[in-house]
Amino acid sequence: MIGSPRHDGMMQRLLVGKMFQGRMLPDSMRTEAGGRVERRTDIRFSFDGTDYLGCAGDTLASALLANGVHLVGRSMKYHRPRGILSAGAEEPNALVTVRRDGGRTTPNLRATQVELYEGLEARSQNRWPSLDTDVGALASLAAPLLSAGFFYKTMMGPRGAGLWHRMFEPLVRRAAGVGRAPDAADPDRYARFHDHCEVLVVGAGPAGIAAALAAGRAGGRVILCDEQAEPGGALLTEIAAFVDAIPARDWLARSLGELAAMGNVRVMPRTTAFGIYPHNLVGLAERVTDHLATPDPDLPRERLWQVRAQRVVLAAGAIERALVFPGNDRPGVMLAGAARDYLLRYGVKVGNRVVIATACDSAYRAALDLAAAGVEVKLVLDLRPAADGPLPAAVRAAGISVLPGGRVLDTHMKRNRIDSVLLGRGDDGRTRWFDCDALLMGNGWTPSVHLFAQAGGVLRWHEGRTFLPGEAVAAVDCIGACNGAAGLAESLLQGAAAFGAPGPAVAGALDGAAGPAIVDGADAKAFVDFQNDVTARDVRQAVGEGFRSIQHIKRYTAGGLGTDQGKTGNMNLMLLAAAARGEAVAAVGTTTFRPPYTPVTFGTLAGSARGALFDPVRTTAMHAQAVAEGAVFEDVGQWKRARYFPRPGEDMHAAVAREVSATRASVGMFDASTLGKIEVVGPDAGVFLDRIYVNRLADLSVGRCRYAVMLSEAGFVMDDGVVARLADDRFHITTTTGGAAQVLHHMEDYRQTEWPELRVWLTSTTEHWAVIAVQGPRAREVLAPLAVGDLALPHMAVRAMRVAGVAARLMRVSFTGETGFEVNVPAGQGAQVWDAIRARVAAVGGTVYGTEAMHVMRAEKGYLIIGQETDGTVTPADLGLPEGRAKADFVGKRSLSRPDMGAADRRQLVGLLTDDPRVVPEEGAQLVSAANPAPGTPAFGHVTSAYHSPALGRSIALALLAGGRARLGERLFVAGPRGGIAVTVGAPVFLDPEGTRLRG
Amino acid sequence: MTRFSFVTLLREALRGHTGWGPQWRDAQPKAAYDVVIVGAGGHGLATAFYLAAECGVRNIAVVEKGWLGGGNTARNTTIIRSNYLWEESEAIYEHSMKLWEGLSHALNYNTMYSPRGVMMLAHNVHDEQVLKRHVHANRLAGIDNEYLSPAEARAFCPILEIGPGLRYPVLGAALQRRGGVARHDAVAWGYARAASALGVDIIQNCAVTGIRRAADGAVAGVETERGFIAAPKVGVVAAGHTSVLMAMAGVRMPLESFPLQALVSEPVKPVMPCVVMSNTIHAYMSQSDKGELVIGAGTDVYTSYSQRGGLHVATDTLEAVCELFPVVRRLRMLRSWGGIVDVTPDRSPIIGTTPVAGLFVNCGWGTGGFKATPGSGHVFAHTIAKGAPHPIAAPFALDRFRTGRLIDEAAAAAVAH
Amino acid sequence: MLLIHCPYCAMARPEAEFRHAGEAHVLRPLDPASLGDAAWAEFLYYRDNPRGVTAERWRHVHGCGRFLNALRDTVSDRILVTYRAGEARPS
Repeated sequence: MIGSPRHDGMMQRLLVGKMFQGRMLPDSMRTEAGGRVERRTDIRFSFDGTDYLGCAGDTLASALLANGVHLVGRSMKYHRPRGILSAGAEEPNALVTVRRDGGRTTPNLRATQVELYEGLEARSQNRWPSLDTDVGALASLAAPLLSAGFFYKTMMGPRGAGLWHRMFEPLVRRAAGVGRAPDAADPDRYARFHDHCEVLVVGAGPAGIAAALAAGRAGGRVILCDEQAEPGGALLTEIAAFVDAIPARDWLARSLGELAAMGNVRVMPRTTAFGIYPHNLVGLAERVTDHLATPDPDLPRERLWQVRAQRVVLAAGAIERALVFPGNDRPGVMLAGAARDYLLRYGVKVGNRVVIATACDSAYRAALDLAAAGVEVKLVLDLRPAADGPLPAAVRAAGISVLPGGRVLDTHMKRNRIDSVLLGRGDDGRTRWFDCDALLMGNGWTPSVHLFAQAGGVLRWHEGRTFLPGEAVAAVDCIGACNGAAGLAESLLQGAAAFGAPGPAVAGALDGAAGPAIVDGADAKAFVDFQNDVTARDVRQAVGEGFRSIQHIKRYTAGGLGTDQGKTGNMNLMLLAAAARGEAVAAVGTTTFRPPYTPVTFGTLAGSARGALFDPVRTTAMHAQAVAEGAVFEDVGQWKRARYFPRPGEDMHAAVAREVSATRASVGMFDASTLGKIEVVGPDAGVFLDRIYVNRLADLSVGRCRYAVMLSEAGFVMDDGVVARLADDRFHITTTTGGAAQVLHHMEDYRQTEWPELRVWLTSTTEHWAVIAVQGPRAREVLAPLAVGDLALPHMAVRAMRVAGVAARLMRVSFTGETGFEVNVPAGQGAQVWDAIRARVAAVGGTVYGTEAMHVMRAEKGYLIIGQETDGTVTPADLGLPEGRAKADFVGKRSLSRPDMGAADRRQLVGLLTDDPRVVPEEGAQLVSAANPAPGTPAFGHVTSAYHSPALGRSIALALLAGGRARLGERLFVAGPRGGIAVTVGAPVFLDPEGTRLRG
Repeated sequence: MTRFSFVTLLREALRGHTGWGPQWRDAQPKAAYDVVIVGAGGHGLATAFYLAAECGVRNIAVVEKGWLGGGNTARNTTIIRSNYLWEESEAIYEHSMKLWEGLSHALNYNTMYSPRGVMMLAHNVHDEQVLKRHVHANRLAGIDNEYLSPAEARAFCPILEIGPGLRYPVLGAALQRRGGVARHDAVAWGYARAASALGVDIIQNCAVTGIRRAADGAVAGVETERGFIAAPKVGVVAAGHTSVLMAMAGVRMPLESFPLQALVSEPVKPVMPCVVMSNTIHAYMSQSDKGELVIGAGTDVYTSYSQRGGLHVATDTLEAVCELFPVVRRLRMLRSWGGIVDVTPDRSPIIGTTPVAGLFVNCGWGTGGFKATPGSGHVFAHTIAKGAPHPIAAPFALDRFRTGRLIDEAAAAAVAH
Repeated sequence: MLLIHCPYCAMARPEAEFRHAGEAHVLRPLDPASLGDAAWAEFLYYRDNPRGVTAERWRHVHGCGRFLNALRDTVSDRILVTYRAGEARPS
């Protein structure tokens, strides 16, 4: 004979650990036969340190129930003991942490969805020291205080003391939260895929299978996904019905076989359609390895599928609602449909003596099925005044009492599970305690219309029962239970009809009428949201406090904001709100459906983007050379640029000083390949560039270069570079490294949409050219043996010639103030040309230099850097650059004459010299007139660049200073945390202002 | 209005919480008001509160299309900071910060202002320069902001990964310790309750369908679903819907409305002590008191009023979040949602008068409006009451787009060289 | 991720291939110098930003590189039609 399940559970716990030469005790609540689990395969697992046995095919929840374990968690606020409510994704209570090795610990998993594997180790959450004895349950004592809105009304402390943050918030934060985040980085991999299909069917229950069959037979790519491990949905628990004259489960198997054989259909189990996004892009999360004891290391843990579906067919089923009565949250109180699932899918009896309370017919099926499995069904209490129809009749015929017009008044718990329920009759007020070890409840079903509603579909209140899909916005159709189908036949029919096929014949199905949703009351122990401990009284109170919108009620009470997102509770919340407001449910409206349907792992959404794969790395053709020279790199956009080349013992300062000195004394070479390059070609190329740049370019002679600045249409400096004219109709222009894409886009915009009549074409050549800058008094000497051509070209000129045997565009340009050349060669030959020049540079005692030395040398000359001297608010006049006054128009010109664009207080580029030549002010520091300005003192401007100048043997700085060019010679202070640094304003050029070195 | 305190809470607990009255009156519109505020979000309610509390205006209505606090107030990631670059911005956000510090008491409503620190990360040399420039500017203005080394940043937020394995290692950070978060809903509810107690009519579920102008061109009132409401002064505080409302008065705006997304994880025990922002790789994360990791995603690139956006916006930000905080990779996205943010050309708000006499506008807060709620409401209330800009609001006048005196916070943090 | 029909490539491609470029049919004045400050600000900054059908520009930057226009409902994000830059707004 079967003893009490609790006793068996304890026995088992006593025995586990000591025994087993042989096998463990069988799970005591398992039926002899039936269900979809494999009884021959024992799976050992542990929960809170106790070992148990389950079967292959179990979920953690079914395996725990098979072992008589109902208490699995504690609620968030009051730490009330909680059991398993459901058998699926809607579970609010049974949240566990599943531990694997290393960083593979996952909190907040629903035990109802965790598939059992050998060695699974699960722990309960939100309790201390143990699930049975939880100190946090003392919170229940304060429950009268902790009602809705508690936090907003107190814990403020005296004014100005900040007590909330310093005292109360830390306590609240520690008490809140459910599981714990892992404390190590996740070693698992995740993958992202894109796919396309004509039809995406969400949910492989009767409607979804029928739809996929019909769609698959019609041709076109079909994806059928289902969140569960085994497709079938409600078909898995149809033990009596026949479809197409064969048992429903056989029909399911046959249909899955047919789908598998179709080349155009893919069935994806363990795959949740979690969200629908604009233009019918549906996000699917596929769980790949979590159900495996020893996953293949080559497999990702989960996959994200971004599926573009011409048509989405939603067959997501429906979720049973809980009843709202005092004590409805205790372990052993469960949804009736879940009890059927556990029995018929897992062969698990959720109790031995059960009472069923319901407001709809479907729960009667649980009575019939459980009774058939030998469970004592003591009573079916129906909240409706009458319980007629075929299902109640069948239950009565099975000898089970049916009590219409009843109410559940309370439950009583003993040792982690209910042991009795208090029932009452609505008419005469009599009450009676019934012994039982499980109370099953049914309160109608809520269609899972989430994706339909996410896509903007309108929901309509239907027959006092539920919200059903109304008008769709996107191509999303609902079929089956999520469309209000009453039973198996109608679901199959709707599925087939969605693709113009006839529904299969159904016989023997037990479908009952759905009743009206019955929810009322304001009891402080009647829970609406189990996870967040929201009670009927909280809802009543919130409405009383003026929170009438369902959005307000949700937020004020936290109802529906748990990890289950109110799947079992939101409808009850709406019904209670309507009752409290004295209005119709339709007037209250629904809460907003937001993605995801069930929580989706961050890693799945992030995919493989981590470390080097986080963002592409762009390297130049000479990257390996820089690595070999020991470069320290910096990130500039996606580029890796060599910042400096330290020799042993050198820091950046020393390395840069050496690189600068060697360049100025002899020669330096620099990889300038990251600069953006655009080829501008066509008879109107000159005219076009004239309109794009501030500078006049149409009159540039062939073979000459010009420094040029472009503005945004708002008149602010956007980019700069060198424009080289190669032929009448051909220019080679450079842009900043970071600005290349934007500049091309900007130019294409004007070319295509404003001046389509101009005959000019643009080609990005950034990747085509490797650019080697050779700078310094011996630059010409370095290149002379390598170049086939005249190196005596003037400053700012360009020639085509061979360099080191490679066809090159050689430009005489300088960003250092020295005689300089930039050798442009095809990227594929960049390395070989670099090597040739490098050998020559070495021979004359020169150096390679990086971006930092380049910055120092250009600052010594007062050359600006876009993004450092400019910040999107700077005009050419601010920088002392030509304003293009002589030109009739160019992009940004009109904006320069706006009233405040020439204001006297605009900040202008100047040079600064510190009194103490050793002190280098910090870039970004503010300019003021006093050494120790009072807080709130307005600044005159800021330091844009500051370096130690090896050439001058002192510090130099560039700054943007209000009215700066009129303040040369003025003494100011650079404000700092340790007092101001005295500086003198000067011109923004420190070295060779006449440019004699440049033209040498 | 029942005063909130532990004593009243205890009293109500003893009688089953049946004695709390409504926190605000669900008002019906009167025929006329001295001032009508369009939009009962945080900024609109704050405006009404300060008009009533400080400016001596008592006959005020706040007209709301939906439910109060249901727009961006309900949809943001609640970050509060004042470490902006330009003096004009510093002034208004610091003004707001000072109001935050006393807000719970001013409203007798716990807004849960939590100055837990806002840390902004630098990932390249340019970021370092920009953040240091902010630190210097803020220090001069008397606003706390300090520069941290990568190790100091990690010490302040121990789950932060700083490299060198990162694609973009953390090179430094700017920390404003007084920055933090607050409970967004409580801000709207607190202002609503306090304003209602001062006689402000909050009229919910009453969409404005038109803005009526008198023969002289000045504002005469607003047409609503529940009829015409006369008012000599109308203040539009409608965030993403500002363009639509102002068009009713024949006024075009320099605004575009974009969907801005945010998401939260499932609640976990405290793991994230502060707010971390990375503008460069687009990661913004904090942890709510409830335990959810609150993550700001970006805007979609196109204008929209749909309050939802693309999945790639969420995946992009989670790439960055998982890169910076590798221990959260196994946590899960619980909810995601979208708001509609109105963005100006210089990414700074517009506060002040309009070409229509009697019509005032407060908009353009973009992705950063929540932090400004008290300050914005405060200076806008004074602007409406006086009919001329409050000194702190003056630089944010609409006219700056004509004169070119922009306040460009976005440009100041602009692109790399 | 919108799906945008490129009128040059004659195929629908994901939004990731495109770059949004603001409201369409905002023409740069032929002679900016002749405009007053207010009119110039209007061109630079002021937009309809409609709740409903908007005409907007996209550039198929990772495709043909060309600018196109789209009529899109900003409430549903549905694209009604796309057409080439320079063509009149379809009625």
